[in-house]
Amino acid sequence: MTKSQNISVIINGEPISASVPLRTNLVDFLRNQVGLTGSHVGCEHGVCGACTLEVDGSMIRGCLMLAVQADGAEITTIEGFADREKAAQLQLSFQKYNALQCGYCTPGMLASALEYIEAGGKADRAAIRQHLSGNYCRCTGYQSIVDAVVAVIEQGGKQ
Amino acid sequence: MSGPLTLFDKPNSYIGKSVPRPDARRLVEGRGKYVDDLQLPRMLHAAFVRSPHAHAEIGNIDTAEATTLPGVIAVFTADDLADHVSPYVGVLTHLQGLRSPPQSPLAADRARWQGEPVVMIVAQSRAIAEDACELVDIDFEPLETVCDAGTALQDDAPVIHGEFDSNLAWQRTVDAGHVDDAFARNDVTVIEREFIFGRHTGVTLEPRASVVEYDPSEAVLTYHYSGQAPHMMQAILAKHLGLLEENVHIVARDVGGSFGIKIHTYGDDVATAAAAKILARPVKFIADRTESFVSDIHARDHTVRGRLAVDAEGKIAALEIDNLTGIGPYSMYPRTSAIECNQILNLTGAPYAIENYRARGTVVFQNKNMMCQYRAVGHPVAMAVADGLLEEAAHEIGMDVVDIRRRNLFADNAYPINSAAGMKFDDLSHQKALEKLVRFMDYEALREDQAAAQKQNIYRGIGLVSMVEVTNPSPMFYGIGGAPISAQDGASVRLDAAGAPHVSASITEQGQGTNTIIAQIAAGVFGVDIDRVKVTTGDTATTPYGGGTWASRGAGIGGEAVLQASHALKQQVLDVAGVILQARSDQLDIVDGQVVDIEIGTQRISLADLGKIVYYRGNELPADVTPELIATRHYRVTDFPFVFTNGAMAAHVEIDVETGFVTVLNFWAVEDCGRVINPKLVDEQIRGGVVQGIGGALYEECIYSPDGQLQNASMADYLVPMAAEMPDIHIAHIETPTKTSVLGAKGAGEAGTGGAPAAVMNAVNDALRPLNASIHQMPMTPQRILKALGKV
Repeated sequence: MTKSQNISVIINGEPISASVPLRTNLVDFLRNQVGLTGSHVGCEHGVCGACTLEVDGSMIRGCLMLAVQADGAEITTIEGFADREKAAQLQLSFQKYNALQCGYCTPGMLASALEYIEAGGKADRAAIRQHLSGNYCRCTGYQSIVDAVVAVIEQGGKQ
Repeated sequence: MSGPLTLFDKPNSYIGKSVPRPDARRLVEGRGKYVDDLQLPRMLHAAFVRSPHAHAEIGNIDTAEATTLPGVIAVFTADDLADHVSPYVGVLTHLQGLRSPPQSPLAADRARWQGEPVVMIVAQSRAIAEDACELVDIDFEPLETVCDAGTALQDDAPVIHGEFDSNLAWQRTVDAGHVDDAFARNDVTVIEREFIFGRHTGVTLEPRASVVEYDPSEAVLTYHYSGQAPHMMQAILAKHLGLLEENVHIVARDVGGSFGIKIHTYGDDVATAAAAKILARPVKFIADRTESFVSDIHARDHTVRGRLAVDAEGKIAALEIDNLTGIGPYSMYPRTSAIECNQILNLTGAPYAIENYRARGTVVFQNKNMMCQYRAVGHPVAMAVADGLLEEAAHEIGMDVVDIRRRNLFADNAYPINSAAGMKFDDLSHQKALEKLVRFMDYEALREDQAAAQKQNIYRGIGLVSMVEVTNPSPMFYGIGGAPISAQDGASVRLDAAGAPHVSASITEQGQGTNTIIAQIAAGVFGVDIDRVKVTTGDTATTPYGGGTWASRGAGIGGEAVLQASHALKQQVLDVAGVILQARSDQLDIVDGQVVDIEIGTQRISLADLGKIVYYRGNELPADVTPELIATRHYRVTDFPFVFTNGAMAAHVEIDVETGFVTVLNFWAVEDCGRVINPKLVDEQIRGGVVQGIGGALYEECIYSPDGQLQNASMADYLVPMAAEMPDIHIAHIETPTKTSVLGAKGAGEAGTGGAPAAVMNAVNDALRPLNASIHQMPMTPQRILKALGKV
């Protein structure tokens, strides 16, 4: 039950090779073996969205993918998002609009917001709310998060 | 109160400004430091075998196979911990008559709720510990359960605790005025309803989390804590693990939400600490989501029968409530599980001038997870019952729901005044808040829209609530009853050699912005740029003693301590500056990090230069000058048991009468929390609170089977508000500072959660009224709405 396999991945631009137990999910691998603790674990069944991260260009749930499934993939986590223009703008906007309180949902929320913006999403509050409905936030009530996303779409980096 | 009363008008004050949180950048960049992020050398991981039965005798526990699994370091049962952890009892002496039996971290002879921890496995990884849990074989003999609070006191109900004669935990009655006479009057209309408030829970996104280290060489236990009350936890772990209090070190770094959930004593956390002490190795326990649902405290679970009598002019003649609540098998330690019922008795009808009031509360044991204090303790129930009855009464006598409030709310010049239940009120603004709300929401336009929509068979409703919130509690809340819970808080402010003030404070940060408002207050009072202020919270080794952040007390109590300490340090700095500059200190001030001459405004010496003289070149000072560039102040509320706030809120909803779905179209809140230190942060507290309140009103419920199995212990099945369902929430303020402090701040953290359910329920009933339907059960699910409509 604890068989392992070697995998090679590129995480935030850095090649990483590791032996991982087959049953280890991607977010546990990133957090516990690689030391990237920015992705959070909230439910372990794909509902809360706190572990949302990017694998080969798609936003996925880090708790619903095994680490071995990511072998050969390019992975970007919250620690690597700042290099992307829209992500950096979102990070500033989240601060400006106080689109976070405890911060636990934030890495996943930001990933989902980034996915929306990079796909050309419009500054439509209802559409943004719909898109972010896979990410649970207990603190903010969501309004400030929507404000932050709208601001990035409308103003880009000019904040 | 003495103090810098002109502080708020000074040009360099940050108080009242929406200063962004300095710690937000760290969190948006993935640099947060939560408990689960800790990886310590030699660290082990704990997992628990929990009772699958709500009520069962525990027979033989076979751990042989689990013990031999490679990677398992230790296995503990209740017997194994008995010599290491003393039992704890969740009672407080001021809640007279409250009883609860001693509790141990792991169930001993009998399991009393589904999810109660029975065996702890400690292993090299959480995965191995969970594997070993599967190998533990426990002989459970299921017993008859008592789950329905309504039957828990019947003669034939099984009694959960052998040492008691029944499942009764506590009872209290309030009786003011002449209630029976008032109901018997022939000129009053009497409204009677039964309200049911389902169980829900906090669902902090970061689950409960503990990492505990023990150093046997110094007998020091370090507990990495995700919670709200470090000093309380220090006292509790010391007492029950047999350690000196000073040898228990609590450290809270980033806390991923708490809302009251993480302020209690949980068996699995205590067992983890015991394991760390016994094994002398760090042990980590992170609850998974299923464990969270079955072991994080639940809240509400109240049935309230309420009666209200009003005369033809809408004046309240009498109010009577009877509240029954089930709290699980024990009263939670150390805050107890009777507080919510107590609050309901104290707060129902509290905004209104009511002379005749009777309230009875009954708290019973049952075989469900434990119930205890979660955000807005008792408020959602108290407000929904009183304002639900009041709106029903208004319709019954043909009066507008705003008008009936105008006639009954305490006048804004009535204070100080006591409520029928004996609550002391001062500095409130109910009437002003109601009028502001009516204008803010454009009440008349909404009524017109409602009438027009109804002609097209669109059912919209408007519901209001006028409310109070308990904030800034004094020692009368817990300390008086014997709990190791501080009602006072402290702050130390010291000046370093570079001229920067460092604040360490006993209130805590869980995301609401505590550290930010501490910096705002210190920077403004002391007179430096906010970027220069360093703040430390959450660490018992480095902060003054205090209660922490809960019960909407952080800003009001801890903030005042910061204000007083900053003011004191400033005087001390100016005294030294006076010596150095050969000037009178009362003619000096500190502005932007410079000591200036008050009269002509010229800069005389920078704080950095002053620091260098004091710390490096003390030879330049007269020998009898011994500067103290550190000041500590503590503050507690003395004049009142609580400093109440008030607010008025409104919900606008639309009901799909075919599906039963409720859409919250809009929500407004007018809040008077005294002086607003940071408007943005206060607004966000209220918004987040409102959404938690809407969750309780419409979605959230811990659904139990009749035999005590939690049916929806996953985030897929337990519905929380997500972005798409929530409206934008509009917030306005009235600022009536409390006279109990110089700062004048009251709390704001719980108002939204306390008021929103009442407003939403009233709005739903307003929408259903043309269909002759009503609902007084939360959450108001589509199924229950359809049932109210007679469609299912």
